[in-house]
Amino acid sequence: MVDAARAGTAAPAAVPPPAGRPGRRLRRRPSRIRGRQALAGWLFVAPALLGLGLFLVAPILMAFWVSFRDWSGLAPLDTSTPTGTENYRDLLVESGVVQSDFAKSLRNNFYYVLGVVPAQTALSFFLAVVVNSKLLKGKTFFRTAFYFPSVTSSIAVAFIFIFLFSPSGVVNVLLSALLPGTVETVWLSEFKGVVHTVLGWLGVDTAPAFLGEHRLMGLSYWDWLSGPSVALLAIMILATWTTTGTFMLMFLAGLQNIPEELDEASLIDGATPRQRFFRVTLPLMRPTLFLVLTLGLIGTWQVFDQIYAMTAGGPQKTTLTPAYLIYRDGFENSAMGRAAAIAFILFALILAFTGIQRLLLRRED
Amino acid sequence: MSPVTAARRATGYLVLTAFALIFIYPFILSLATTFKSREEVAAEPVLPWPLNPEWRAWENVLVHGDFPMWTLNSVIVTVGATLLRIFLDSLAGYSLARLDWRGRGPVFAAVLAVLAVPPIVLTIPRFLVLKEMGLLNSYAGLILPLAVDAVGIFIMKQFFEALPRELEEAARIDGANIFQTYWRVVLPLARPGIITLAILSFQGTWNEFLLPLIVVRASPEHWTLPFGLSTLGRGGAGGQTFDYPVMLAGSMLTILPVAIIFIVLQRFFVRGIAAGAVKG
Repeated sequence: MVDAARAGTAAPAAVPPPAGRPGRRLRRRPSRIRGRQALAGWLFVAPALLGLGLFLVAPILMAFWVSFRDWSGLAPLDTSTPTGTENYRDLLVESGVVQSDFAKSLRNNFYYVLGVVPAQTALSFFLAVVVNSKLLKGKTFFRTAFYFPSVTSSIAVAFIFIFLFSPSGVVNVLLSALLPGTVETVWLSEFKGVVHTVLGWLGVDTAPAFLGEHRLMGLSYWDWLSGPSVALLAIMILATWTTTGTFMLMFLAGLQNIPEELDEASLIDGATPRQRFFRVTLPLMRPTLFLVLTLGLIGTWQVFDQIYAMTAGGPQKTTLTPAYLIYRDGFENSAMGRAAAIAFILFALILAFTGIQRLLLRRED
Repeated sequence: MSPVTAARRATGYLVLTAFALIFIYPFILSLATTFKSREEVAAEPVLPWPLNPEWRAWENVLVHGDFPMWTLNSVIVTVGATLLRIFLDSLAGYSLARLDWRGRGPVFAAVLAVLAVPPIVLTIPRFLVLKEMGLLNSYAGLILPLAVDAVGIFIMKQFFEALPRELEEAARIDGANIFQTYWRVVLPLARPGIITLAILSFQGTWNEFLLPLIVVRASPEHWTLPFGLSTLGRGGAGGQTFDYPVMLAGSMLTILPVAIIFIVLQRFFVRGIAAGAVKG
């Protein structure tokens, strides 16, 4: 599963309210035709509704039921036993390895979102503004080049990045050329968090007493504050690289919607380029910015393919994410009930985060 | 041209070229690596052309391995899902856009609600339903869940609403029934919309990884290209033992069809994205 952006889908957030307009005119026609239209209308949507119902709605209801049961996924479903809220309690309340793995996955994904969403948004906006500049030619070429990674297979791209980040790969060669000494980082095996690493440089190698003693969901405060591991950092770079092109196209579409007169008017009024960007362009781009942030947030909380292909949750569980945990618990550990419970917690989390973001961005208006 | 403008133009090109390199160089390097020997890859990991070109990796991929079978499976699944999706999505989109029936509002609202479900949440649910229906380890299990999608219905509905109504009315007056009007008059007019949908669907289905992972994991003869590819090297700790030329040749093979379509039909890709962005 890829971020919404890679899938290239039209935006869920971009949906206008259902229009009641079409067909109005036909209402005045004789009722025989209306009756035929009603029948055809239902017949036309029936197969699509059946498909969505069978593979989307029914599965979700069934999975919600399973999340309150103990089921291996191997035996028939009716041999599963009800366990009440145990799956949810194991994940959120009862201390144990289930809870601490889930806590780690939340921590990792949180840092992932915190890094990737701002990076992809800022970079794609920046590139869109440069590509859109009237001074430059060759727009089509650059647009194509930037967007190309977004349409390719996630697994193929993950393999390319395994190669780039291999111990003797391009990234290390490049860093060795730029930095003093030889860089021999084994990126995808490096589990130390970047915050811990930086603190280490400052002489803080072990947890201060307060951070080491207190725990939340089975993880010490010190572990919560580790930052993303170097391995996760490589995946974050990959994610930014593959999604920037799509978001750049969205920003470009937004920029091209800004009426030219506005730009010219501000130019005549003597606005500097900086003023024009912050006072004219940026306010008009708010809807696109909101869309990109929402899609970014939804996409980054679902990171799976790259983790599966590159690190499988390792090293030291620092690239576990809730999405990967759903797969691991459900299909490798035969705990389908718990995997379903994780899926619903993740669903709630995504809804909550997009809701909070909506509130924050609305309030500024 | 003033010196300031010239300087800004130069900076602009510099920025664009640097980023074009960042986005494209990995693909060029990977392609070159498929023609290198493993020793050469270790010695010259950065050079974007092979010094002693060899065909070993491609022979492995195209002749000896399972790649031809995986490619065939990918073609079957992608073509099947895309054809079904075009037909079912456009049929539903037309009904929601143009036909007059009670309950249309709530049905469209339900389709929009489905859009909000994050795909990863469907991992376990889909497995459950396909298992109960006995569709695990089959092509039907790979195709049917992708045969309808809410985004496609939405795109087609938008597209039909923008078409002029007169031709349909003329066809009706000439005695065509509703399906004939849709099939002979409306669908041909909707070609650009259908191409956009076909491309979105082709790209999405061809690259799909999660569904084959949960549906046909246990049945190698149903593996698709991305899933088969993933079995070549997983969880790359250290990565010293990987056969990079073969891994990357497989990756290039997986990327190639989408790349060709992307380059030929680029404007339709852009249209699909732009439609979503402008509506926001």
